[in-house]
Amino acid sequence: MSQLAGLPLIDEFRDGVLARKLAADIAREARSDREYHFMEFCGGHTHALCRYGLMELLPRHVRMVHGPGCPVCVLPMGRLQQAIDLAMKPNVILCAYGDLMRVPGKDRQSLLSAKARGAAVKLVLGSGEALRIARENPTKEVVFFAIGFETTTPTTAVALRAARDGGMTNFSVLCNHVLTPSALSAILASDQVKVDGVVGPGHVSTIIGSAPYERFGTEHHLPIVIAGFEPIDLLASILMLVRQVNEGRHEVENQFTRAVNREGNVLAQKLVDETLMLRDSFEWRGLGAIAASALKVRPAFAAWDAEVKFSLEDQVVKDHPACACGDILRGVKRPTDCKIFATACTPDHPMGACMVSPEGSCSAYFLYGRGRQSAPQERAS
Amino acid sequence: MSTRAKTFFRKLDLANGVVEATHGTGGKVMAQLVEELFLPAFDSKELRARNDGALLEVGAGQLVVSTDSYVVSPLFFPGGDIGSLAVHGTVNDVAMGGARPLALTVGFILEEGFPLKDLARIVASMAAAAKAAGVPIVTGDTKVVERGKGDGVFINTTGVGMLPAGRVAPSAERMRPGDVVLVSGTMGDHGVSILSTRESLSFESELLSDSAALNSLVELMYRAVPDLHVLRDPTRGGLATTLNELTHHVGVGVRLREKDVPVKPQVHAACELLGLDPLYAANEGKLLVVCAPGDAKKLLEAMKEHPLGRDAAIVGEVVEDPECFVQIDTTFGGARILDWLAGEQLPRIC
Repeated sequence: MSQLAGLPLIDEFRDGVLARKLAADIAREARSDREYHFMEFCGGHTHALCRYGLMELLPRHVRMVHGPGCPVCVLPMGRLQQAIDLAMKPNVILCAYGDLMRVPGKDRQSLLSAKARGAAVKLVLGSGEALRIARENPTKEVVFFAIGFETTTPTTAVALRAARDGGMTNFSVLCNHVLTPSALSAILASDQVKVDGVVGPGHVSTIIGSAPYERFGTEHHLPIVIAGFEPIDLLASILMLVRQVNEGRHEVENQFTRAVNREGNVLAQKLVDETLMLRDSFEWRGLGAIAASALKVRPAFAAWDAEVKFSLEDQVVKDHPACACGDILRGVKRPTDCKIFATACTPDHPMGACMVSPEGSCSAYFLYGRGRQSAPQERAS
Repeated sequence: MSTRAKTFFRKLDLANGVVEATHGTGGKVMAQLVEELFLPAFDSKELRARNDGALLEVGAGQLVVSTDSYVVSPLFFPGGDIGSLAVHGTVNDVAMGGARPLALTVGFILEEGFPLKDLARIVASMAAAAKAAGVPIVTGDTKVVERGKGDGVFINTTGVGMLPAGRVAPSAERMRPGDVVLVSGTMGDHGVSILSTRESLSFESELLSDSAALNSLVELMYRAVPDLHVLRDPTRGGLATTLNELTHHVGVGVRLREKDVPVKPQVHAACELLGLDPLYAANEGKLLVVCAPGDAKKLLEAMKEHPLGRDAAIVGEVVEDPECFVQIDTTFGGARILDWLAGEQLPRIC
């Protein structure tokens, strides 16, 4: 038996003493005559910043801007509604990841509420489970609701190939995979958000490698540090960003060397390329339509493409007017700037996706901000 | 039973038979199921009396009654099954009332087509669990639902226990700021064990459910400390949820220390992987106890003497808090809230 913190390769990265030392280094090296605005792209990073109170350790002029890297949050409600509508079909079993189950769509419907009304919705931990369900239910149409950034895309690719190789006729994929570099480009292209550096995605980069970010250095003169998800990873990455800014460098640096290299997972990239292709444009919740920012199933795999199989049409579902998810996802507003944050919108009754997904910044602020004197960032001193 | 005339033409086919609708109709077929399966397994003088209810002899005192229904899936999991769980869960609920469990009732809801082999395995497991806990199963009921209307087998058990004379029943209202919170062992074993049975998850070391009857541990605790303020078994929702129920009911807060909360490394690792928190994962053989600060050390020593309390630990204190927060001081430094979750924890995608 061990105590709660007792895992090798995790413990070392949650060392509070080392964290304070890193925070002191940041405070010493960050110039007092300027501000530093760094965007952490990933929801996982936002979550860790809040959970460990890291923003309270940073000096006031080093500020974190929360990015859109929460796959559940950026999924437009219209796409969610497609899944709910599919699930309501009598012969369909819809397989979805756990954090999608409670996301509110049109008229506050969710996959969970659809399930209660008789829809066959199964929570799966991966595409393999969806394939198994399809094999076990040969008379049903099993649809895998595929979402996520590059981290989860290869598992969808594997499922498509397995379905083809197995000659499965009752399995299809509703593909909503989106691309990190495209979203980052879109945010940097807008002048609403000013960032001096980016804490780059960790898990995504295990797949795509660090090379795809290199153009941000040349095109946007922006330093990027790919970071792991533990508090030490994040603080070390912020320190690396401060140093790049101070030295006028704009390079892609890799703090997460224990998992990420320049090339990424080439085998996974090939699999994705074999089964999926770029969409011309894709709607992101909060960010709007972004060109070449998402993937769809290749025509060669059309037999396993739910959009083709069920002749799905695009749906547009508007966000609740009071919900500031869009601005929050672009880093323009903080969760605490939203009028309905923690009042009308809570994890029990989420109005927007940033609250319902545990990766969302509103959820992170709600979970970890309360009980402190103020919201995480505002407490910084 | 052996002296009775032969009532049933052919013995129940426990190897290959399946539950049929008639097994729940109250006729002879059901009687055979009771005679050949339930009675030999749960043998007690109350059951042998074959009355609708059981007559229990109790002295002057207070009874504690608790009931629970078990609909777990999968039915068999590492370290237990729905049968042992149905015994342990209800025995523990009675024991958490400070009572000595005296007897259990059992109600089966069986789905037509359910293999008798599996039912026999469940029944044997219930019988063994009841025997080990020293709590007889004294009356029961069987219903069969049409194929497709159930999930194999649902079990309800009701437990009755007696509060020993002179013992003040533990109750949420008795917790007050300054009191100490202890747990009897590692948190989250059952919940994560159930999750690990999913096909897509396999861990190097098999993780067993902690399903166990806690009544003997409770008695040992009372011998060491006659006044326990609160006793709870943190089942669904885990330690965090149980503590939130208590703090919100009473209007106090609880402050835990992360470094002191026992969690098995496998459970911690699995939770890291799935984005779950072990403090929200179910336990079926653990208790949390709140006692006066002066009693805590003695209580901890007593708990550690019992096999089910070997990993017991003092994990935190009851504090004044109008917000009723359950907070945990992290090993990283600082505190975070263990919120009262809207529903069950759902695994995250990345």
